[in-house]
Amino acid sequence: MSISRIRTLAAATSLAIALGMAPAQAANVFRFAFQGDIKSLDPYSLKESFTIGMHAAVYDALITRDKDLNLAPGLAESWETPEPTRWRFHLRKNVKFHDGSPFTADDVLFSADRVRASGSSFTTNIPSDAKFVKVDDHTVDMVLSKPNPIALYQFSTWYIMSKAWAEKNGAVAPSPVSASAPSYATLHENGTGPFVITEHQPGVRTVFKKFPGYWGKVESNLDEAVFTTISNDATRVAALIGGEVDWIDPVPLQDQQRVNASGTATVMTGPELRTIFLGMDQVRDELKDSSVKGKNPFKDVRVREAMYLAIDEDTIAKRVMRGQATPSALMIAPSLYARSAEFKRPATDAKKAKALLAEAGYPDGFTVPMDCPNDRYVNDEAICQAVVSMLARVGVKVNLNAQPKAKYFAKVLAPNYDTSFYLLGWTPSSQDSHNILYEMVGCRTDPKSSRGGWNLGGYCNTKLDAIADQVEGETDPAKRDQEIMDGFEILQKDWAVIPLHQQALAWGVSKKVTLTQRPDNLLLLYWVSKQP
Amino acid sequence: MLAFILRRLLQSVVVLAVVGLIAFSMFRFAGDPVNQIVGVDTPVSERTEIRKSLGLDDSTAVQAARYAANVLRGDFGISYQFRQPVSHLLAERMPATLELALCATVFALVVGILMGVYCALHRETVLAKLFLAVSLAGVSLPTFLIGILLIFLFSVTLGWLPSFGRGDTVRLGWWTTGFLTVSGLRALILPAITLGLFQMTLIMRLVRAEMLEVLRADYIRFARARGLTTRAIHFGHALKNTLVPVITIAGLQLGSVIAFSIITETVFQWPGMGLLFVQAVQNVDIPIMAAYLLLVAAIFVAINLAVDVLYTIVDPRLRLAGRTA
Amino acid sequence: MSLASATPPSRWAKFLDSDVFASFRRSKLAMAALAVTVLFFALAIAAPWISPQNPYDPAQLDLINSNLPPIWSPDGQSPFLVGTDDQGRDVLSAVFYGLRLSLVVGLLGVLVSGTLGAALGLIAGYFGGFVDTLIMRVADVQLTFPAILIALVVDGVAKAAAGGGLDTNATIGLIVVSIGLSFWVQYARTVRSSVLVEKNKDYVQAGRLIGLSSPVIMVRHVLPNVLGPVFVIATINLALAIITEATLSFLGTGLPETMPSLGTLIRTGNRFLFSGEWWIVAFPGLALAGLVLAINLLGDWLRDALNPKLQ
Repeated sequence: MSISRIRTLAAATSLAIALGMAPAQAANVFRFAFQGDIKSLDPYSLKESFTIGMHAAVYDALITRDKDLNLAPGLAESWETPEPTRWRFHLRKNVKFHDGSPFTADDVLFSADRVRASGSSFTTNIPSDAKFVKVDDHTVDMVLSKPNPIALYQFSTWYIMSKAWAEKNGAVAPSPVSASAPSYATLHENGTGPFVITEHQPGVRTVFKKFPGYWGKVESNLDEAVFTTISNDATRVAALIGGEVDWIDPVPLQDQQRVNASGTATVMTGPELRTIFLGMDQVRDELKDSSVKGKNPFKDVRVREAMYLAIDEDTIAKRVMRGQATPSALMIAPSLYARSAEFKRPATDAKKAKALLAEAGYPDGFTVPMDCPNDRYVNDEAICQAVVSMLARVGVKVNLNAQPKAKYFAKVLAPNYDTSFYLLGWTPSSQDSHNILYEMVGCRTDPKSSRGGWNLGGYCNTKLDAIADQVEGETDPAKRDQEIMDGFEILQKDWAVIPLHQQALAWGVSKKVTLTQRPDNLLLLYWVSKQP
Repeated sequence: MLAFILRRLLQSVVVLAVVGLIAFSMFRFAGDPVNQIVGVDTPVSERTEIRKSLGLDDSTAVQAARYAANVLRGDFGISYQFRQPVSHLLAERMPATLELALCATVFALVVGILMGVYCALHRETVLAKLFLAVSLAGVSLPTFLIGILLIFLFSVTLGWLPSFGRGDTVRLGWWTTGFLTVSGLRALILPAITLGLFQMTLIMRLVRAEMLEVLRADYIRFARARGLTTRAIHFGHALKNTLVPVITIAGLQLGSVIAFSIITETVFQWPGMGLLFVQAVQNVDIPIMAAYLLLVAAIFVAINLAVDVLYTIVDPRLRLAGRTA
Repeated sequence: MSLASATPPSRWAKFLDSDVFASFRRSKLAMAALAVTVLFFALAIAAPWISPQNPYDPAQLDLINSNLPPIWSPDGQSPFLVGTDDQGRDVLSAVFYGLRLSLVVGLLGVLVSGTLGAALGLIAGYFGGFVDTLIMRVADVQLTFPAILIALVVDGVAKAAAGGGLDTNATIGLIVVSIGLSFWVQYARTVRSSVLVEKNKDYVQAGRLIGLSSPVIMVRHVLPNVLGPVFVIATINLALAIITEATLSFLGTGLPETMPSLGTLIRTGNRFLFSGEWWIVAFPGLALAGLVLAINLLGDWLRDALNPKLQ
């Protein structure tokens, strides 16, 4: 070995000691892995639970939600309603953004404009008719045109951005949809939250560090949190059990026993707010890619009932979901609607389904294609396969087209609505039934309105729309619940959609870690602590 | 000789141009990219505007020329999934793939040569037959199955080695390396073996075959007759003569190791270009797919060119005749 | 003198009474490999009659029977000899049908690539000149990429173009084409070099003299003489094609879970390997490994037998 080679080697070794080892030992680092990526650092880019949770670590909202999902003060210290259509927010003083600049009313006004600008996917987070008025540097008014009982319900995921920073970095518009240049805000953050992002490699790794200038007291004892994407189920579980990461989401159903038996980690389960359901195209006059020509069988209520009755949700919950799902009669989770218990799922009845199909003129059934995501919900593709085999037994031949979510959503969502039969999951971001009645099952006849925007099957009943409008303005809680009930009854009578279940959350958590899990499935770093 | 190198250079350029054309035609074939870029609720007017800003309304020839010009400037467009320049994404992940490929190749060379020599010298022993059988299994089992089995054995059951990722990396300028930390080196072992196994098998069989052939050659018989020790004959003459083609093949295979890493990287969640490519295929992220194809082609062409040039220097006959293959 | 007698005996005929065949009878390994291959082919052909269940008919699957272990464990149930998967699909039936798919895809893939490669090789070798240069340059470019990469790209782009609405037969067709386009080069190169040797031989010249057209000479007289090496390549490529299909399916761009090939079964079962439901991945894995290993052994022996230097 030559001298120079020895020298190089020695240099490399000392470099390794200097660079590689030092940071890992001192800090209390929480390592966590999710099956997907942090989609964008721009808090108005994409409404996706995991990404929203990550934004909450670096950005603050005016009003946040506590561990029981109740509204709690955030950047607004307090608020009141001096008139039924006016909300007054008193902003916290001495709050600093991560770049050191102070937080003021101007930032709130700027964020209110930005979140409703084109390109934002959070436009519905604040009421569309809301006007924001600056009273002084630390007081802001929101003025609406009519009373609104749920005006603040989605404030907790409307994060406040810095006006000066956005202007300086050309990020005034929410992450532009044009592909010519990626927005500064998609790759950088400047919030007021308890953590700062020091490194962000999309699809690989993101590093959070504690923000020393944070205005509040933080429950978490972490110095640093390192996020990695691990999309492969088996690899993710192995990483948790092997102690390479402290938290994973989701733990595949079949691996939960093994995680619990590992001794190093446990599975934290809880009910999730998301409802998994099936929808049928009721708009087209001829069903796409079906054996039925010239008409659409799903326009016949008997066929929809037959589809509903043929699918044995109890067995799906027990077998495919291994008991980690709650069969649901409604399109909303029981915890979000007080009178949920009054609804019952009609019992599975394959014989009756066959009879109904024969009555509707399809004694031998028909063929229909089905769209299904295969990387979005817990065991989504397996659920679809089970549905396929259950429908096959009543004569309905389903051609399953299971795809990654990116391709799936591009096909089935607006403006194409290119689907005949689909599986979808939905959490009302307002935590309220109105969102279901309006966005999921409202008529999508008016292209300018956002009503029915997620109603992929295009079911339409004007009576239901009228009820939805009543619900929106109703301030008496008992009356409101009754109106919602009327709406859900129409849905069930029309067999408009086939609700399946609410899936269970399943986080894999190292025994060294304590944290809080809410039914909205957000991982909130400020409640995470780890034994050093 | 200069003329020969120039001709090879020209051919390389043609090859790259053809691959570029294929890469570009992928964009045309895969449907409207606007749908990939915009959000769900983007109105038609905005879509039209984006179409225009991307130049999708121009003629195919104009678009192809623009693509070529952009590629030559190192601009492969913006990824549909990540909304980031593709060149940036690839550069970020290249070190991971190159380090993995290098380790796999070294592993394949060292183990492959050792096993090959043993098999050639001790043809009839049980161990040699076992090596051959193992090597055949190495070719037969799909890479992903081998990877999963290794993870199951060494990560889950025994708990010796990490099952995913690169471990801690150290940043040296724009390059990130896993060679300088313990966790980085440990993370390399299983993926490198998985990726290198196929090449190892190939090299082992090649060494064995070449050795057997060389051992029959006249000059070996002559050396034996001269009374040289068996050891000197085997390693001084036979192996030395075997190594030239072996190393050539290993070099030529480096490109396919890089390309083959797509499977290994998927199994081990290795944050390299291969994983990026697989995700791009699943999500129809054409700019990444096209750029990756071009990159692999460029690596291949560069390696082939280098080998050709080296051959002309080493082998005087070629200086006169030039190579055609 | 007739042309036929001018033609040397075909390589196939030579093969049968040559030392190649003798060496086959000497090699126990080759005979075992052949036996295994034949067994797998038989199972694949007989699948519809010997399987307790048609795994591709969703009406025959019942979730009640999902995730049953093999029959020899306490929870095993008849008739599910080696257990069921998460949809209540009988693993053994799925393996039989999967073998069928693997072999169909593999054979068709080899057929497509072999035909394409042999045709292009014949043309290149026989005509030479510009055509030859063109074809061989394309082959060079193609060799730049490993087969799996090409198959992935062809598959991905075609699916994107089709908008995801492909039915199963179209998917199989697409995979066959992907494989065909990925593996033709080796055939083309081999056939071309053989043609270059053959075309200067007397019998070809004789054929020209008596006015036979080029296609007739090529197909009837040159082709049979280059079939030997093509056959060896085909055997080895059959194994490669099967692996390629399995890999595509494993990466999620191959056959769908409703019509699983061995690769799809392994991808599905892989999810359950860690949770103790090992039989879903183990049996398809064994079948795939066994099949490919047997074919490879055959091909390997065939190559050695045809290359007397190594004997």
